[in-house]
Amino acid sequence: MAYSDKVLDHYSHPRNVGAMDKNSNDVGTGLVGAPECGDVMKLQIKVNPETNVIEDAKFKTFGCGSAIASSSLATEWVKGKTIAEALEIKNTEIVKELALPPVKIHCSVLAEDAIKAAINDYKTKSATKVEAVASHQ
Amino acid sequence: MSTTIVPTTANPTSAVLDHSTAPNGVKLPVYMDNHATTPLDPRVLDEMLPYFREKFGNAASRNHPFGWAAEEGVEQARERIAKLIGATAKEIIFTSGATESNNLAIKGVAEMYREKGNHIITQVIEHKAVLDTCKRLEKQGYRVTYLPVSKDGLIDLEELKRAIDDKTILVSIMSANNEIGVVQPIAEIGKICHERGVLFHTDGVQAVGKIPIDVNKMNIDLMSITAHKIYGPKGVGALYVRRKNPRVQVSALIDGGGHERGMRSGTLNVPGIVGLGKACEICMNDMAAEAAYTSSLRDRLKDKIMGSLDECYINGSVEHRLPGNLNISFAYVEGESLLMGINDIAVSSGSACTSATLEPSYVLKGLGAGDDLAHSSIRFGIGRFNTEAEVDYVANKLIDVVLRLRELSPLYEMAKEGIDLKTVKWAGEGAH
Repeated sequence: MAYSDKVLDHYSHPRNVGAMDKNSNDVGTGLVGAPECGDVMKLQIKVNPETNVIEDAKFKTFGCGSAIASSSLATEWVKGKTIAEALEIKNTEIVKELALPPVKIHCSVLAEDAIKAAINDYKTKSATKVEAVASHQ
Repeated sequence: MSTTIVPTTANPTSAVLDHSTAPNGVKLPVYMDNHATTPLDPRVLDEMLPYFREKFGNAASRNHPFGWAAEEGVEQARERIAKLIGATAKEIIFTSGATESNNLAIKGVAEMYREKGNHIITQVIEHKAVLDTCKRLEKQGYRVTYLPVSKDGLIDLEELKRAIDDKTILVSIMSANNEIGVVQPIAEIGKICHERGVLFHTDGVQAVGKIPIDVNKMNIDLMSITAHKIYGPKGVGALYVRRKNPRVQVSALIDGGGHERGMRSGTLNVPGIVGLGKACEICMNDMAAEAAYTSSLRDRLKDKIMGSLDECYINGSVEHRLPGNLNISFAYVEGESLLMGINDIAVSSGSACTSATLEPSYVLKGLGAGDDLAHSSIRFGIGRFNTEAEVDYVANKLIDVVLRLRELSPLYEMAKEGIDLKTVKWAGEGAH
């Protein structure tokens, strides 16, 4: 299979590889996919609680080159966006940017899911925090 | 060892592709996918060329020298193939390749022996040319037993004995598997079939020419052979059909001029057949030395990889294995991404992403490997033209890429944190 130059570039030079402390209240972690399906993505965001801006993002992916590229691109795109803006990112935009062939569309879907899962995790955490603060008052 | 086995300067692939050269003199890309196909041996090509030029005749033309020359080439090839497997020349039927041979053997026996019974026994890790043929016969009212294999990839002989009943007409078990190179106990299977009066067909594609096969000692009644796995041309193969003890008959799939004793009509592919014959002759002469050579390279590759990386698993029996085969799963790394990282090395993966069906290897699943390890597998097929320098290049490159991808793998990170991946509730489970 021939890969697009952008997929090859992300595969060879993945952006934002790494991990952040998943127990930190500012960090949201999304883990999507399953090993037996051949794709697992872990995407993490660090959110500024004052502005709701995603200040940092990290990922690790088990999967084909297109899965690695999709999640690498997702971390680039979410950085600097507010969580509301990040929720607007559509898998079709990832498909277009990376020129993914039809058999690789599921990789982009997984990347979109990973963004949503990370934001969900962050929201759940901050909601609990707010509740905890409220119950103290 | 014969010097003809290691023609590093005469590697037939060297003139074909745009090559670059690695620092240690290895020509890139490296071809190490010899179970998929093999390069044509230059000695085979030399033998074939006259049959494209002056000896172009139809082997069935009985009344002029052009036909005689072609027929002579075909009959010499028949002798050479027969000699390699301990058969007689008349027992060799030429086909277009092993897929046709497997179809002819199984469908041909099924139709010919329909009065005697309707039960066929095979196993779950056969090539699709056998499995899909059996599935078609099931639709036509035949009963097929698919024997399971152990995690080593071997069938259980006791299970085979139990599966044979009074309606069983054929047992079809491959000699060696194309993915994991596991060699089945062919002689024992042949003995059981012979004792029970059941015909025994074996898909010998990967084994013939690589390890000793003797149709009489092993009680093989039918055997599929192809040229392009033994440094011969593509598009030509043969079916061995036993002529006595017992005399085996198969119904033809292709009707026409009654060629090949009526079992396979169609003008013979004379240059291809000549190439197959020459390929068999070379294999016969060099088999012991070549097996020693390819298995030493295979072991070198295995030792380098296993010595540098943890959590690598060899798929299938190490002991009962073809000399040039190595199939390893690299835990926590997905096969297609691994292939992408070693894109100047030609190998195969059991990953779903690399298959046309988008399913992980059914052979590895058949061993009970689990889908995750099937996705992580790489098959190396080492052949006659590979060199020690190539093996070293492949090992080093592969180790680098696996280490890099593991740094990128959330599964590796989780495993290192002590999380048992089998107990994790995956969000995408069952959804792929």
